[in-house]
Amino acid sequence: MMPSQVSESPTVPPPATPGHPDPFLPHRSLMDEIAAPAPTPPAVTPTAEEIAIRAGGFSSWYGSFQALHEISLDIPARKVTAFIGPSGCGKSTFLRWINRMNDTIPGAKAGGSLTLDGEDLLSAGRDVVELRRRVGMVFQKPNPFPKSIYDNVAYGPRLHRKLNRADLDDLVEQSLRGAAIWDEVKDRLHASALGLSGGQQQRLCIARALAVGPEVLLMDEPCSALDPRSTAAIEELIERLVENFTIVIVTHNMQQAARVSDRTAFFYEGRLIEDDETERIFTKPRERRTEDYVTGRFG
Amino acid sequence: MTAIPAGIEIPRERRAWKARLFLATCLFATTLAVAMLAVLLASIATKGLPWIVDAEAFRASFAEGGNGLAGWRDWIRTEFFTEYASRKPLKAGIKAPLWGSVWVVTICALVALPVGVATAIYLEEFAGRTRLSRLIQTNIRNLAGVPSIVYGIIGLTAFARMFGVFGTGDDETLSIGDPDGFLYLMLPFGQSVLSGGLTLMLVILPVVIISSQEAFRAVPASLRQASLAMGATTWQTVWNITLPAALPTILTGTILAISRAIGEAAPLLVLGVPLFISNTPANLMDDFTVLPFQIFDWAKRPQADFQGLAAAAIVVLLVVLLSFNVVAVVIRQKLHRPLS
Repeated sequence: MMPSQVSESPTVPPPATPGHPDPFLPHRSLMDEIAAPAPTPPAVTPTAEEIAIRAGGFSSWYGSFQALHEISLDIPARKVTAFIGPSGCGKSTFLRWINRMNDTIPGAKAGGSLTLDGEDLLSAGRDVVELRRRVGMVFQKPNPFPKSIYDNVAYGPRLHRKLNRADLDDLVEQSLRGAAIWDEVKDRLHASALGLSGGQQQRLCIARALAVGPEVLLMDEPCSALDPRSTAAIEELIERLVENFTIVIVTHNMQQAARVSDRTAFFYEGRLIEDDETERIFTKPRERRTEDYVTGRFG
Repeated sequence: MTAIPAGIEIPRERRAWKARLFLATCLFATTLAVAMLAVLLASIATKGLPWIVDAEAFRASFAEGGNGLAGWRDWIRTEFFTEYASRKPLKAGIKAPLWGSVWVVTICALVALPVGVATAIYLEEFAGRTRLSRLIQTNIRNLAGVPSIVYGIIGLTAFARMFGVFGTGDDETLSIGDPDGFLYLMLPFGQSVLSGGLTLMLVILPVVIISSQEAFRAVPASLRQASLAMGATTWQTVWNITLPAALPTILTGTILAISRAIGEAAPLLVLGVPLFISNTPANLMDDFTVLPFQIFDWAKRPQADFQGLAAAAIVVLLVVLLSFNVVAVVIRQKLHRPLS
C-alpha cells in the first residue's frame, strides 16, 4: 500500500453549501438555505448520489403524435448525462421539457411526472420564468444576440434583478471566465458578439447561460455546428463546469458522449431503451439495440 | 452505374438563345417602367419648376458674382409657399395645403405606428395560431384592399360626427380650452386636422400591421428561444430582442404607407374637407386642406398658368414625400448601426 493514500480527515469542514452549485451569486445560496427543506437521507435513491432531475412514467405528445413513451430516468446532480439515439427518437423533446421550452410549441403536451430537486415541473401553475432561470440552455446553433459581448452576458442578469455597474461588470467577467472565453474577449467586450467565431459564439452562449446562476445546464447538440478544435474547447469546458452544474447533453456524436459523460441514456423511437454508466453503455450494454447503435450498426 | 437514357440532346445554341431572349424581356420591362417614370417627372418638372424657381434670378445667382445656392431667397419664388390660394396665378400659393398635409400626415403617422406595431406584436408574439387570430389576420388582409373612400365614410361617421352622440349642429358641440390656442379640443372632431389624420390612419393601418408582422416574422426564432430560455418573459423578449431587430423593417413599411397617405384625396373628400382655407392649423381642431385637393383644383382649370401651378404643387408633394423617405433611411441607419 502507498502510504500517501490517506483518507480525508473527518475534521476538515465540508465545502460551503455543497448542494448549491452557484459560485456566481453567493447571496442566493443563503436564501436557498432558508427555503430548502431539511436534508433527507438518500435512502430510496438507487445510488448514493444526489438526483437532480427525475422522470417517472413521463410521456409527451405533439398534437396526436406521441413523441415520448413512459420515460423513467434519474439524472444525477453534478454529473454529465448524455442522451444519445437516432434523429427523431425524442431525446431533444425530453431535454426541452426540463426547462419547459416545449411550451412555445403549439400542441405540445406532457403526462407522467418530471421533477427537479423534488419539485414538480409540469404543474399548470409552475412559474416557467423562474424555472428557466434555474435551468440554463445552450442550443445547437450558436445564437448570440445582435448586441455587444458584454450585453449578451448581461442580458440574463438584467432580466431578473437590478445590479449596479460594478456588480454587473464583475458578474460578466466571472461568467466569461466560467465559460473559458474571458481571455479571448476581455479587450473587446463592447464589440459585436456576431464578430466572434462559431466556437467563441457558442462559449459566449454558455457564459450567457451561466450569468443567471443556473443549477442545471441543458445542451442540445452544442458542438454539431462547430469544427473539431472548437468542439474540443467546449468538451474541456463541460468537464470543468460539471464540478458545479448538473449537465444534460444531447449528442449525435458517440465519441463525444463517451468522452464527456458520466451516464448515458439511449433513446429509440420515443422510448428510453437503456440508461447506465457511460462506460457500461459503451462496453457491455444490456440491450441489443443499444449495442447495435453504439457500435454503429444502425442510426 | 446509372444508365443515363440517350434521348435527344438540346442544342447548346438554342439554350443560349433562350437565355438571351429571357434577359432581353426582363431588360425591356425594366426600361419601360423607368422610362415612363422619367417622362412623367420631366414633364412635371418643365411645367412646374418655373413657378417655383425664377429662371432669370437663378441664372444671375449662379453667374459670376452671384450668391449661388446661398442666395436661394433671390431665385426661389417664396410667395408660392407663403401665399394662400388666389384667382391670380402669380399671387397663388400653397401655404394652406402644404401645412395641412404636413399636419395630417404627422398625426396619421404618430397614431398609425404605435397602434399598428402593437397589433402586430399581439398577433405575432402573443396570439399564437388560434382560430380567432386567423380570423383577425384574414380581416386585416381584406381591409388592406378596401378602397380608401370607404374609410372616408367611416372617418366621417366615427370621427367627424361621432355617430351624432354630441348632436349634429355646430352649437351642440362640447369644447375644452381656448379655440385660438394650441390646447383646444372639441367633440365631435368635425372637419378638423385630427379627423383627417385619424381617417388617413385607418387607411394605412392594415398596411402598417401587415408590414410589421412580416418584420417580426423575419426575426430568427433562435433569438426568441435564447431569450426565453434565460427566463425572460414574452414581454421582455419582445422589448429587448424582437422589437429592436424588427424596427428597421417596420419603419420602412410604415414610411411607404405614409407616402400613400400623403397622396390620398378620396377619404378626405368624403370627410368634407374644404378646398379654400386662408389659415394654417393652429391646433388639432382647426380646418385644413391638403396638397392633392389643391393640385386637383388647379389642374382642372383651363388656363395654362394654373396647369403650371398644379405641376409646381406636384413637385412640392414629391419633395415632401422624398424627405419622409430620407428621414426613414436616416432613422434606419441610426438604428442599424453595427456595434463598434
